[in-house]
Amino acid sequence: MAVDRETVRRIARLARLAVDEDQVVAMEVELNALLSWVEQLQEVNVEGVAPMTSVVAQRLKMREDVVTDGGCADDLMANAPVAENHFFVVPKVVE
Amino acid sequence: MARPSDPTRFTLAEAREALLSKAISARELAQAHLDAIAQARPLNAFITETSDHALALAAQSDARIAAGEARLLEGLPLAIKDLFCTAGVRTTAASRILDNFVPTYESTVTRNLWNAGAVLVGKTNLDEFAMGSSNETSYFGPVTNPWRARGRNDDLVPGGSSGGSAAAVAAHLALAATGTDTGGSIRQPAAVTGVVGLKPTYGRCSRWGIIAFASSLDQAGPLTRSVRDAAIMLKAMASIDPKDSTSVDAPAPDYEADLETGIAGLRVGIPQEYRIEGAPAEIYELWSRGAEWLKAQGAEIVEVSLPHTKYALPAYYIVAPAEASSNLARYDGVRYGHRASGVDDLMGLYERTRAEGFGREVKRRIMIGTYVLSAGYYDAYYLRAQKVRTLIARDFEEAFQRCDVMLTPATPCAAFAIGAKTADPVSMYLNDVFTVTVNLAGLPGISVPAGLSHDGLPLGLQIIGKAFDEPAVLRAGRAIERAADFKAAPQAWWRAS
Repeated sequence: MAVDRETVRRIARLARLAVDEDQVVAMEVELNALLSWVEQLQEVNVEGVAPMTSVVAQRLKMREDVVTDGGCADDLMANAPVAENHFFVVPKVVE
Repeated sequence: MARPSDPTRFTLAEAREALLSKAISARELAQAHLDAIAQARPLNAFITETSDHALALAAQSDARIAAGEARLLEGLPLAIKDLFCTAGVRTTAASRILDNFVPTYESTVTRNLWNAGAVLVGKTNLDEFAMGSSNETSYFGPVTNPWRARGRNDDLVPGGSSGGSAAAVAAHLALAATGTDTGGSIRQPAAVTGVVGLKPTYGRCSRWGIIAFASSLDQAGPLTRSVRDAAIMLKAMASIDPKDSTSVDAPAPDYEADLETGIAGLRVGIPQEYRIEGAPAEIYELWSRGAEWLKAQGAEIVEVSLPHTKYALPAYYIVAPAEASSNLARYDGVRYGHRASGVDDLMGLYERTRAEGFGREVKRRIMIGTYVLSAGYYDAYYLRAQKVRTLIARDFEEAFQRCDVMLTPATPCAAFAIGAKTADPVSMYLNDVFTVTVNLAGLPGISVPAGLSHDGLPLGLQIIGKAFDEPAVLRAGRAIERAADFKAAPQAWWRAS
């Protein structure tokens, strides 16, 4: 399977990455090189093999259903690029 | 404990003894390392130096020692990979997108180290978001390996992604450092800088507060100058942590306790598939010598097979980017980190922020990850890779029926020149060929310095163990260390005379 430039633009959009035309061309080459390298996985017989979901046999642990954190709005806002009164500010999304 | 003229020559264990016997103060020990760091800036091993913080912590340690209340790592200067969130200390993941990020919380691993009395000397450089094998993808520039080839002045890479931590330990800028290992990022830089690197079993150390790369593979571990120091560090880093649901609910044993009990009767597997084409003969000569060393100390050498080894790297380069593309979706310029300026629509803000904030390798992996998870391709790539991963883990399970640990080379070559492999991603990825299988199977592995290449650069051997059998991994690593008696050290060319 190989990607074309249109696919590169679509994937970049899904990944929320702005790309200019030069980068689209370069990424097309790079992605195809990687995809042809991983193509060798097609030769492995995976008939009846379950995909790995947990690498170490362990039961997912449970905890008490209680509030353990909170009351730290100042901390949450401390690194915000633009903030107003504990709100994150973004460009206008509704007219 | 006799005091050496230069306190940065101590191992962690020796410094602990010197502090407790009051042969040196924590403040003197911290100052010696801070001076060494100031003289080593050409290595670019640190992104942020924390000298004031270090001296304040050292003063507290001296008070504790005087009061007879010393803790496990009291007064010991450590470097921390800049992927661990440290409260009030800038944490960047070596990315422009987190260039100005100052966490308001502390990662569990570093919290454990400070609670044990350790002293932070600085945050070390790494590949951006830990994505790389040479520390060349950092937004803050590459790290230079303290080692140089015999008779040459070329700058070499320190390996990656924990390249700053490896360089800092190799150049005696810290007694030990933390790293993270997703495909080899502790063991590979340790091997090419001549230090010990331990990747624990998945779940042994909490991942909470470590900036995520690939969550099913990431694991924190130490880089040190001796196997004993690795045992001390792992004990201090590990804890039961309700904040990481994948961390193990069992206390860490005292890894130092039976470190010297030897390896008589230990069955050491030699996986045949690790004899790959294209690696230099000296790598395999060292591997054979390692097997002889272990045999001479009473181990039984057995040949084992890991048939799916050659598929590990391609599987990794589907699984890891897929998880990365998901983990890195959070960097959007809204809540923290870099934000593009002069953009007046929300989608444009996301796209420009991420285009400006991420470097080329990170973008490449986000693109691959997004593609293999996208509609119509998920089964062909991601699901198949996870099935191959099951087969790789099964290979290990079957081989471990016949042996207790395995011995392999740590890397396919010694340190290479900066810039030598950046043009071809696949040739760069091959640096992790001997380490990546261990992450895919969640197992513990240690790299121990074992000899020098033909041009005088360090080479490592790797011991792989069963899940949570770090004690056997450390014992076998200690046996390699004992036999190799690795005394070579880099010349301190980076110091202004």
